[in-house]
Amino acid sequence: MSEKVLMKGNEAFAEAVIRGGVRFYFGYPITPQSEIPEFMSRELPKRGGKFLQAESELGAINMAYGCGAAGGNGFISSSSPGIALMQEGMSFLCGAEVPVTLLNVSRGGPGIGSIQPGQADYNQVTRGGGNGDYRIPVFAPASIQEAVDILYEAPGIADKYRNPVMVLADGLMGQMMEPVVLPEPRHAFTSEEIPAAKPWAISGSEKGERSVVKSLRLQPEVLEAHVEHLYEKYAEMEKELERVECENLEGAEVVFVAFGTMARLAREAMEMLEAQGIKAGMIRPISLWPYPYKAFDGIDFNTTKAVISVELSMGQMLQDINLGVKGRVPVRLIHRVGGMLPTSLEVVEKTKKIYKRHAARQHQLLSRLHPRRRTPHHHGDAG
Amino acid sequence: MGLLGKTIGVAPIGCSVVAHQFMNVDMCEAAHGRAPAVASGIRRVHPERVVFTYQGDGDLASIGMGEIVHAAARGEKFTTFFINNGIYGMTGGQMAPTTLIGQRSTTSVDGRTREQAGMPLKICELLATLDGPDYIERVSLDSPAHIRAAKKAVRKAFEYQLAGKGFTFVELLSTCPTNWGLTPPEAMKRMREEVAAYYPLGVYKDTGKEAE
Repeated sequence: MSEKVLMKGNEAFAEAVIRGGVRFYFGYPITPQSEIPEFMSRELPKRGGKFLQAESELGAINMAYGCGAAGGNGFISSSSPGIALMQEGMSFLCGAEVPVTLLNVSRGGPGIGSIQPGQADYNQVTRGGGNGDYRIPVFAPASIQEAVDILYEAPGIADKYRNPVMVLADGLMGQMMEPVVLPEPRHAFTSEEIPAAKPWAISGSEKGERSVVKSLRLQPEVLEAHVEHLYEKYAEMEKELERVECENLEGAEVVFVAFGTMARLAREAMEMLEAQGIKAGMIRPISLWPYPYKAFDGIDFNTTKAVISVELSMGQMLQDINLGVKGRVPVRLIHRVGGMLPTSLEVVEKTKKIYKRHAARQHQLLSRLHPRRRTPHHHGDAG
Repeated sequence: MGLLGKTIGVAPIGCSVVAHQFMNVDMCEAAHGRAPAVASGIRRVHPERVVFTYQGDGDLASIGMGEIVHAAARGEKFTTFFINNGIYGMTGGQMAPTTLIGQRSTTSVDGRTREQAGMPLKICELLATLDGPDYIERVSLDSPAHIRAAKKAVRKAFEYQLAGKGFTFVELLSTCPTNWGLTPPEAMKRMREEVAAYYPLGVYKDTGKEAE
């Protein structure tokens, strides 16, 4: 294992994908991730790779499409509005089964929005803005180390499924510094090795059957069979790529759901609440698609009064949380948008309000349903 | 030229969307207009191969203008074959960026006017203003003699690519009798007389020649 080094998020992300086997970078400058193309332009030529600054995000995603179709391990980084411009390309990459690793260092929206951190790309990255039936695995790490580990693994996942893989970070993670352990560099295919390693790729080599990489299937029955095939792959991804971290669910009175940097803030709030006598747990989805719905069955529904999403969006994750909670407990939202960040104290205060309201409501409800039942943890003699 | 098995092609969106079925080399299909970006990506992975794009006028001169201009300016080491028939064929005969003034289409039923749709784009002339390309020529497919000349231009573009030169571009004036509403002989005549008058044939850039 390598030693621990202190690195800025964006540079650690770039180093991690190079170590994971990426040798080709395509991108267009956009805040808050511009350190990544800068790093790649310096580092890739030294490591046998190539850097190409695209004329636009449309150019970047399509260069990556060509690279992936030709058997190369490509990488693209961008931020929210740039990712929006790449949606057509993502649909093409999925339809033509072309691998690429994508990193979205997200910021505020809609439109050009702001350059401050945001999580309002949730629907964009989990639902996709491109046309047709397709899915892209999305991972949302909460620390630079976790981002490094996932980005190191991502090119392999993309190759395995012949599909794009996205990592979602935010401006905070891109700009902050943390100690990280960098994994050992993995072998990257040379252009000579590609025809044997990826016989499906368009490598322009004599290998018997020629390769065609395309998403066009004009005959309905052929396209239907192809989409069914894609969904068999997506079903496998759902089984294999789901990642989640659950903390403190047993006996929890409130359960936070948060990803990325908001999960760090929620963890701080958990500790502060514990000190004030409220037991809080957390479900931290690491994969946003596939979403860890089953993790919500681990909630202690005897004790939990509310599930609270802590997000930097107007509650885009609530839909998935509700699919996991299935109405078993109220779902509430604590959020800031526009690049504003809640403090952990703000989360604690808002949580206490939600907790009190729902604890009282639950008590009333129980009293109504079971007039004689004792509800010991509020009013011992009531009923 | 012995390039089969060493060549990678990129097909466009448009009436040549199934070009990959007609050419016996490794091929991929690009999103509408993005073939030059796709070819740039392929070129990074396989510096030793021959790479080309095959694009129509809607694909290249309208939606894909950004990609072609930047690929040409970068002097990308691939060849673009630009098939200019002045109309959107696949979608049924709409006005293209290369549709001539006065030409009828389903979106200019009384003929294209300057006031309503501006002027047709001359791509060879436009790209020839850039320092990136090494070879730009416009040919026509209206007669056996011109088709032989076109074949020569295609060969020259590939030879330049094999010699390690940068961006090479061949525009091929072509007919679309169906959407022009003409018989094939009438279409050939129109191409010779009207189309080639607006889009003059010839070499617009040749760094090999300049060096001699």
